[in-house]
Order: sequence, then structure tokens, then C-alpha cells
Amino acid sequence: MENSTATAGDYALEARGLSKSFGSFYAVKDVDLKVRRGTIHALIGPNGAGKTTCFNLLTKTLTPTAGQVIYEGRDITGLRTAQVAKLGLVRSFQISATFPHLTCLENVRVALQSNHGKSFRFWSPLSAIRSLDPRAVELLEQVGLADAAHLQATELSYGKKRALEIATTLALDPKVMLLDEPTAGMGHEDLEPITELIRQVSAGRTILIVEHNLSVVSSLCERITVLQHGELLTEGTYDEVSNNEDVITAYMGGVDAL
Amino acid sequence: MTRTLWLGLLLVALIAAPLAIYPVLLMSILCFVIFASSFNLLLGYAGLLCFGHAMFFGTAAYVAGYLLKTYGVSVEVALIAGTLLSAAMGYVVGIISVRRSGIQFAMITLAISQFVYFLLLQAEFTGGEDGMQRIPRSTLFGIFDVSDHMAFYYVTLTVAVLAVAFFYRVVHSPFGEILRAIRDNEPRVESLGFRPERYKILAMTLSAGLAGLAGALKAMVFQFATLTDVSWPISAEVILMTLLGGLGTLTGPMLGAGIVILMNDELAQFGEWALIAQGVILLLVIIFFRRGVVGELSALWRRLRPSPDQNQDRG
Ligand SMILES: Nc1ncnc2c1ncn2[C@@H]1O[C@H](COP(=O)(O)OP(=O)(O)OP(=O)(O)O)[C@@H](O)[C@H]1O
Ligand SMILES: [Mg+2]
Repeated sequence: MENSTATAGDYALEARGLSKSFGSFYAVKDVDLKVRRGTIHALIGPNGAGKTTCFNLLTKTLTPTAGQVIYEGRDITGLRTAQVAKLGLVRSFQISATFPHLTCLENVRVALQSNHGKSFRFWSPLSAIRSLDPRAVELLEQVGLADAAHLQATELSYGKKRALEIATTLALDPKVMLLDEPTAGMGHEDLEPITELIRQVSAGRTILIVEHNLSVVSSLCERITVLQHGELLTEGTYDEVSNNEDVITAYMGGVDAL
Repeated sequence: MTRTLWLGLLLVALIAAPLAIYPVLLMSILCFVIFASSFNLLLGYAGLLCFGHAMFFGTAAYVAGYLLKTYGVSVEVALIAGTLLSAAMGYVVGIISVRRSGIQFAMITLAISQFVYFLLLQAEFTGGEDGMQRIPRSTLFGIFDVSDHMAFYYVTLTVAVLAVAFFYRVVHSPFGEILRAIRDNEPRVESLGFRPERYKILAMTLSAGLAGLAGALKAMVFQFATLTDVSWPISAEVILMTLLGGLGTLTGPMLGAGIVILMNDELAQFGEWALIAQGVILLLVIIFFRRGVVGELSALWRRLRPSPDQNQDRG
């Protein structure tokens, strides 16, 4: 396995013995996960396997019951969501997460304000942050939304909303992006552009992606981790994982796509 | 361009208004325009529903009244003191309540306001059930006599214009943009590296300060402050004004304030029926004009004449 030659410094993000229980129920149990720097890594598993909970733990939206999160060699288990984001570990959400009553430009500009240091200025006119607009437009162009800059996010089609989310996330110039089902609920016509977009923005970044569409997974991801009932089932390349007996059993019923 | 023209016309009308309309009624409307804007800042732009907004309004009314009666401070000192005190109160209430959202936030603010009501009822200086009477209108800047209604109207108008300008600045500032984002999707704002509670606490502080300004001004307009000013009906009335005029629109709640005050004035002669009429109107608005007067009008305008600069009043 190529993995065995890797040293600790090769990983952008690591989970060690990560667990989260709600009462007596473990949504995530003792999960070890290593995401190599510069790769696209998939996290898959049947519904309710604990993928979103994992994301919540990795970005500190939830506090783990046990275990550690290591980001760029640093233990971030004790930090808050906002601090984690500032360090360059940024997530998207499973349900579309735009700011519906802000324009596309404003959506992206909010994220750009995060590192601009003027976000508490209630006395300044908006011209104080106009200097961010060119960058915001650039990001919108990158995801194909240049024409929509002045539309409210709520007016966009579903696929375009997801693209806007990616532009917003990119505005923080994250080192590691966690994408929770970026293609969920999309029609076929939107799948190809979003896949392409993810491939394009992965340059110089590390991406961990939760994805149900296995053709998207196989075309994008170098390594795949499979969760089931909150526990790690297996990890490997697409071929290794798709031929694994346990995985085929776990996906019984939904196996056609494999 | 046309907007500047309309604003100019409005200002001229406001300057001439006391020639035709009883100044105290006008001043009362202006006070509530400030109060409604302060509420709109919280609910319309930060998504925070405060059920106890009267605590900021009424406490400032007492404080301004007390300073005027006891120390004979000048008008602007009383206004500034009321504003600052309420802003400080808003900061504290914010720290206590802002981690909760939705109905929990509403209930916490209601509970705190009931507590404030109780404190003011017990306090010596407020005059308890009788309220604080005969608050003098002292001089402006220590020199100008503004004690008659006509002169005080122009003081009130100036303060209201400044307050509305301040409100406009806040919602169209870098901070205002983050605030609207929090209203739309708080977890997302947090995931982008912000600490939403800090922005909400600042919003509470600014909003409470504006409410305090309105209350202090009101104490001078009517020359008395009573427990009514801190009570639930006033908190409810500002909610009514906001919904009636149009939540989340810039001008709606101000218009709502005007409508409600005029309506109360007209209906006053019918006693208890005034309350029933208010209830019915609120019900009709909720059923038929969910976006409020300004919200419905601008929706209609957009449907009739779609233009690139639509949604002007949004955001
Ligand atoms: N806050 C919570 N309280 C209680 N149970 C929870 C909570 N969050 C998640 N769970 C449970 O934890 C399990 C894992 O949920 P999670 O959302 O992580 O699954 P998932 O793998 O993302 O599923 P999907 O593919 O449907 O998105 C589910 O059984 C869910 O009901
Ligand atoms: Mg999920």
C-alpha cells in the first residue's frame, strides 16, 4: 500500500479515535481517518452512517465525546468552529447553505470580510469594503456565476446555489475543504459541471468529500473511507473498496451503482 | 436621483407639518419612528425577535426625566444619557440572551423586561404607580429655549432625522452585511470564521441605544414618564408597527409607526374598542398582507415594472 510509506507530515487532516455519542447512541465511534495533503478523499456510507456527524466533529461544530482532531500537525480538538475556519479548514453543508436574501456578490463578500478586519464597523459605509468586490467577482466567475452577481441567492437554481456555496467557501482560500454531498438533489445536467468545478478547485488544496454518487467518487477521489453505523468499515482506493465484501453487504439494496 | 428628490420633498413636508397638524401628535409619531427603526434593526436585519423592547424605551424615559427634574440638565444631555444607559442595558441583555434564538430568545427578553418593570415599580425615583410627572423641557445646549411645542417639534425632528440616518448607516455598513448574513444562516456565518454572538450583542447594544433615544425624547415630548412606557403593551405595539409596515424593509416599520399612532389617536374616543380594532387590523395584515404595507407595495411595484434596480428597499 502506498499509504505505508507516508510520514505523519504528509497528512493535512487526521482524526484519532473520534467518537460522538448522543445519550447511549454512538453516531460516530472510534473513527481513525487520515487525509493526505493535496488529495481528494471520499467519505461514504449508507444513510445515517455518521458522515455528517464526522464533519461536524472535524470542524468543531460538535464537540467529540472522545478522540482528537489533528489539522496540519496541530491538535485542534479544543478550538471553536470560527477559529478552525480561520486556520483554513472550512466546510460546506449538506443542505444548501447560502444567504438567500443577499446577492451573490454579497454572499461571497461576507466570506471575504472574514479576514478583512472591518466586519464590526457599523459606522462605515459599504464603500469601505468595495475593495473586496473585484475578488468576489473573480470567485463568482470561477464558478460560472459572473452574470448572477446582483441576483439574490434565493433566485438561483439549485445547482447554481451549490456553486455559489463553493465560491463562498473558496473566498476563505481554505487549505482543506470539507464538502458534504455537494451534488445532493442535483439533476443530471448539473452533475458534470460541479464535478469539474471540484476537480478544478482541488488544485493546491486538500478535499474531503461526502458523496453518494459513486461515479462522481470514482472520477474524483484517490482514496475512500467507508463508514457504517458510525464505525470505520474499510479504507482504500475505489477498486479496493468496491470489491470489498463488507462494503458490498453494507450497500445491499443500493449495490447497483457499485 | 429621484430618491434625493423624494427625500427633499418629505423633509419640506415634515418642516411644514406642524402648521397643519397638532405638534404633539407629530412628535409622538417621530418618537415611535425611531423606536420602530430600532426594533427593525434587531428583527428585520439580525433576525432577533425581542419581546421586551419597551424596557430600553421606558428606562431611558425615566432616566432622562429624572436628570431633567433633579439636575436641570439640558435637553441634549438628557437624550445622550438615556441613549447610553439603554445601550449599556442592551449590551447586558445581549450577553445573557443572544446564545438562544427564536422563541427562546423572545421569552428571555420578555422575562428580563418584566424584571426591569418590577424594579422600576419599586424604585423610589420613578414615582411608582403614579409615574413621573411635570418633566421640564429645559434649554438646548444650555442656551436655546425650546419649551413650547413648536420649538420642541424641530428639536424632535432633528433628532429623528439623525436617528434614521444612523439606522440607515448601520444596516448599510460592513457590519450590517454580516448581520443580514447571520439572519439568513447563522451556522454558515460561523463556519466562515465569524463569532455570530459578538455581532448579535453589538446589534442589541445599538438597537437598545436607539430605543433609549426614542424613550428619552418621548419623556420630553409628553413631559411625563410612566410604567406604561416599560410595559408589555409598548413592546407589543412596536412589533405591530414593524409587521404592519413591512418586516425587513427599510422604511416599512417607520410607516407602520405613523399608521399605528394615528390609528390610536383616532380610535382613542372609542375606549376599549381601540384595542379590539388593533387586534383585528393585525389579524388582517397577517392573513392578507404578510409582507406589510411597504413590502406589498414594493412587490406590486416590481410586478408592474420589473427593472434592474428592483429590491431597492430590501436589505
Ligand atoms: N444531534 C443529534 N442527536 C441525536 N442523534 C443524532 C444527532 N445528529 C445525528 N444523529 C444520529 O446520528 C446518526 C448519524 O447521522 P449523520 O447525519 O451523521 O448521518 P449521515 O451519514 O450524514 O447520513 P446521510 O447520508 O443521511 O446524510 C443518525 O442515526 C442520526 O439520527
Ligand atoms: Mg449527512
